[in-house]
Amino acid sequence: MSAAVDSTAAVTSGHTFTQGVALSHRAILRFARQPSSWIPATVFPLLLVAVNSSAMGGVASIPGVIPPGTTFLMFLLPAAIIQGVMFGGINGGSELATDIQGGFFDRLVASPVSRPAILIGRLAGAMAFGLVQAIFFQVVLLPFGAEVRGGIPGRLVLLVVAVLLSLGLGSIAAGLAARTGQPEAVQGFFPLIFILLFLSSAFFPTQLMSGWYQRLAELNPITWMVDGMRVQVLEEFSPSAAAVSIGVCLGICVIGMTFATRQLQRRLAVAS
Amino acid sequence: MTVTAPSPAPSAASPSVPSWPLIQQILRRSMTSLRRIPAAIIPVIVMPIFFTVAFSGTFRGLTELPGYPTDNIYNWMVPYACLQTASFAALASAFTLGRDLEGGFYDRLLLAPAARWTVPAASVLWAMIRALLPLSITLVLGIIGGMTFPGGIAAVWWLAIGAFAVAALGSLWGLGVMYRLQRQSAGGLVQIGLFVVMFLSVGTVPLELQEGWLPHVARLNPLTYILDMARCGFVGTCAWSDIWPGLLAIAVSGVLLGWWAERGWRRLVP
Repeated sequence: MSAAVDSTAAVTSGHTFTQGVALSHRAILRFARQPSSWIPATVFPLLLVAVNSSAMGGVASIPGVIPPGTTFLMFLLPAAIIQGVMFGGINGGSELATDIQGGFFDRLVASPVSRPAILIGRLAGAMAFGLVQAIFFQVVLLPFGAEVRGGIPGRLVLLVVAVLLSLGLGSIAAGLAARTGQPEAVQGFFPLIFILLFLSSAFFPTQLMSGWYQRLAELNPITWMVDGMRVQVLEEFSPSAAAVSIGVCLGICVIGMTFATRQLQRRLAVAS
Repeated sequence: MTVTAPSPAPSAASPSVPSWPLIQQILRRSMTSLRRIPAAIIPVIVMPIFFTVAFSGTFRGLTELPGYPTDNIYNWMVPYACLQTASFAALASAFTLGRDLEGGFYDRLLLAPAARWTVPAASVLWAMIRALLPLSITLVLGIIGGMTFPGGIAAVWWLAIGAFAVAALGSLWGLGVMYRLQRQSAGGLVQIGLFVVMFLSVGTVPLELQEGWLPHVARLNPLTYILDMARCGFVGTCAWSDIWPGLLAIAVSGVLLGWWAERGWRRLVP
């Protein structure tokens, strides 16, 4: 009996990567086949960027707000990427909740699938979507003047941030999914993220805010992350600014992965 | 044995059957669900607070733009936040309708011995009543933030008219979508429509300061004129030239969206 368990464990751990790839493939396919999941995540950030750059383009003329020769559209490019990633990450978690609600998760647990592969598969799907979103926004907004002054290294920073942020937000959403098992509860996480995004420099320069709101926005880690991305877009490739952005994302990833792992272990303990 | 003739079944459109009690009961049910389901009340309270604080805080610097109509950001953003969140009242009404359609409760409502038009009318009325909450919350927050009333009491009057109109028009849009798709998930489509109309207007900056393609679209958007009307008393005194385009926009949109809802209704109840 013990030997049988040991051999199952060996098989399971040996196949974690393969199973993770298979589950990632399923997550990506499922996501791609449901336009209702990715259309809002693509259209809303683009709409917001298009509207805000036209409505607030005049802000570029206020001295000292953005570097000369740049546009408000360039200023908003990081915000579009983060918004898209946000939608994708939360949708990834929501899908896990759907799996739990629909019984697919129980079937996975009953099979000899590696436990980490369940989480890896789901998060890899969110990361892939984050990467596609970051590329898509850069390509679509380029003809309208949203160039990246940091060149290829600057663009790579934007992609890395997008992927890491997808992983971080996706893992928080997956943790919520594991805890509640309800897609609605995961979707309820979205307004909170949106509030944090609004309370940052994502849509408007913090120099033009004032009072407690400005102080709060400056203390918001999302501001540090966005500002680091913005340096790549508006100025030049800056390793130190990139490190700040990536550092914030890694922090979110550590918090998210810890939360997701604990909640998944809790659910697995209940299931077994 | 006495044979009594069965009393005639009340005709759905019979003028002798009063419609108001049914409307009252539907409104009472909506009020009860709002009270009993915390998830339903939270957006009604939280979203007006969030929009007022976020719009006024984030975009405070817009007042530094030359030609911006006011130097007090609350005077510009509170009416926008109010109308934006009034549209959520319409969205909530659409979600409730979707739930009732999916769950079969709507079929039972249609069997009520009253004129059938009272059922959609109650949805629109409920959205308008619900708009009172964002109206009050945004006004109180605006006053706390330092909003002024250059137009006097007329400022509040026209803002209220704007909020009720947006709730009613949004509700008609929602009814049309829901009657056609008959499921709660169609609420996403209602939401997209409302958001797009809100974004493509003079929400954050006036037409004169917008650049590129946006002012051309905003000029065609009825919400631009409703917003101008709702804001008139906060950026100056209300002149008839600020008001009549808003009233006209409400009337035209009301006819078009009413037709949209009615066509959807006919699909549901041939």
